[in-house]
Amino acid sequence: MAKKILTEYINVPGIDTFEVYRKHGGYTAVEKALKTMTPEEVVEEAKKSGVRGRGGAGFPMGMKWSFLAKPEGVPRYLVCNADESEPGTFKDHHLMKELPHLLIEGMIVSSFALGAHKSFIYVRGELMYVIRILEKAIEEAKEKGFLGKNILGTGYDLELVVQPGGGAYICGEETALLESLEGKRGNPRNKPPFPAIKGLYQSPTVVNNVESISNMPWIINNGGDAYAAIGVGRSTGTKLISASGHIRKPGVYEIELGVSVDEFLNSDEYCGGVRDGHYLKALVAGGSSVPILPAHLITKTANGEDRLMTYESLSDGGFATGSMLGSGGFIVFDETACIVRNTWNFSRFYHHESCGQCSPCREGTGWMEKVLHRLEHGHGSMHDIDLLVDISKKIEGNTICPLGDAAAWPVASAIRHFREEFEWHVTHPHEATQPGAVYMGSAALV
Amino acid sequence: MTEAPNTVAFTPDRLAKSKEIIARYPEGRQKSALLPLLHLAQEQWGWVSPEVMDYVAELLSILPIEVYEVATFYTMFHLDPVGKHVIEYCRTGPCCLMGGEDVYGYLREKLGVEAGQTTADGKFTVKEVECLAACGWGPVFQIREKYYMNLTRERVDEIIDELSK
Repeated sequence: MAKKILTEYINVPGIDTFEVYRKHGGYTAVEKALKTMTPEEVVEEAKKSGVRGRGGAGFPMGMKWSFLAKPEGVPRYLVCNADESEPGTFKDHHLMKELPHLLIEGMIVSSFALGAHKSFIYVRGELMYVIRILEKAIEEAKEKGFLGKNILGTGYDLELVVQPGGGAYICGEETALLESLEGKRGNPRNKPPFPAIKGLYQSPTVVNNVESISNMPWIINNGGDAYAAIGVGRSTGTKLISASGHIRKPGVYEIELGVSVDEFLNSDEYCGGVRDGHYLKALVAGGSSVPILPAHLITKTANGEDRLMTYESLSDGGFATGSMLGSGGFIVFDETACIVRNTWNFSRFYHHESCGQCSPCREGTGWMEKVLHRLEHGHGSMHDIDLLVDISKKIEGNTICPLGDAAAWPVASAIRHFREEFEWHVTHPHEATQPGAVYMGSAALV
Repeated sequence: MTEAPNTVAFTPDRLAKSKEIIARYPEGRQKSALLPLLHLAQEQWGWVSPEVMDYVAELLSILPIEVYEVATFYTMFHLDPVGKHVIEYCRTGPCCLMGGEDVYGYLREKLGVEAGQTTADGKFTVKEVECLAACGWGPVFQIREKYYMNLTRERVDEIIDELSK
């Protein structure tokens, strides 16, 4: 069995209660950090662990922490990003609902490391039932002296606030999240200044993903070096993967970074393979924003090497033949999936979720959705396919926040790898618009 | 159908809750309570009318426009009256791969409404939403705080029948 850092006790009955969580070693990291370590030492362990941001960007968490400005007399904030909204991603939802105390323990040691005395967990508003679970767990931790004033008699004070979002994908972008937390529309801010200098209420702020923070208790208990010993190269530790689509066993799996894509997809420990009687057509490995890969580039790289579940291996070959680990939203498509329809669906999502601040994204996402709609519905032309590529290039890199890139990449990659399928929708509009119709390769063109 | 309230005020419980929420934020940052208060308001009235937004603005000592611009940005807030049960189904990729379009089409047909509409008896409103972060258990819809997952036509029948009672 693979090493479990986050989910070892996830199936223990009652693990969402303080008592059971404590019985399984919970909150020992708080005791160790607050009683025997300095904040700098905690930051050092995070750095040594090499743990990278698990929300999608993959930036080393310890390094992000070390950028935090510490001017005298100004409060500093830690904000946990639990706005999980990337299509294909549902790991934080699962982790918070099953193991609320793990996140709270992680928030305490991380807040201590950063010198924060009021920290926030920003949860997407749709997960109101999870917010109630977290609030209950916070009350329990407070009663037991792990939160509030003078925690465990160490003199350290911390208050945790759970904040609901209101249904906006863009608030997963850290500066939009901070705007939202200040009670405003979720419009991303220009950077610089970065949140580490001017974040929440214009004070130095760190924003970290749920899974990133939930690694901290283990890192404190076992040391950053032990964490870094798991995984491959700069992809250290474990990662939660949200597996969905046409597989036998959808769900959330904790993997050691470095397991092969083939093993993750096909072994019974994880996805269990493509559903019975069907075969693999495509994969989105890291949430809807990352490039889609065709079957022949999924388990092997373009060089014929085994593709691994790591940041580096999944991006091997760049966007020409690779993708990204992203948030770990692993969406599997079998031969019944229409790539054009799915691309239209994703582009509708980005159009709907664009905040409207930057013209290339506000207008471009709408144009892409419209053009894809007409291709999917049999009214497209060959020119439309090139038009989509052109629009995607004009959005990419030209917006304040990465939503523009996230909207552009799925469209550009779908055309890169499945161009024939788009062309078939133009040349065979009648067939392509039959319910459930899917391009089956050149045989279908006969 | 929920009516626009004549006199707008939180119930005593919710008023106490709203004070508690406002106190969570640093001095002078009470505007941070805006999203939580809008959720609390929607819990009470089912939707947020202009009168309700004005009331929230008053509680937070901010301008009404500051509430309007936020309430219209976030898709969870209903700006028009809704039915007793609001069914919000996920229309995004992974749910559709698992047969979402068929199931949602069946749901709309069964209730005789299009997305965004409310049934004539005021019992159900159907809304299309984007990804609900439950992709491995799709198709999915949400009614208030509850997630209904792995939906099929049969499950839709059961759920609607149960809620119609």
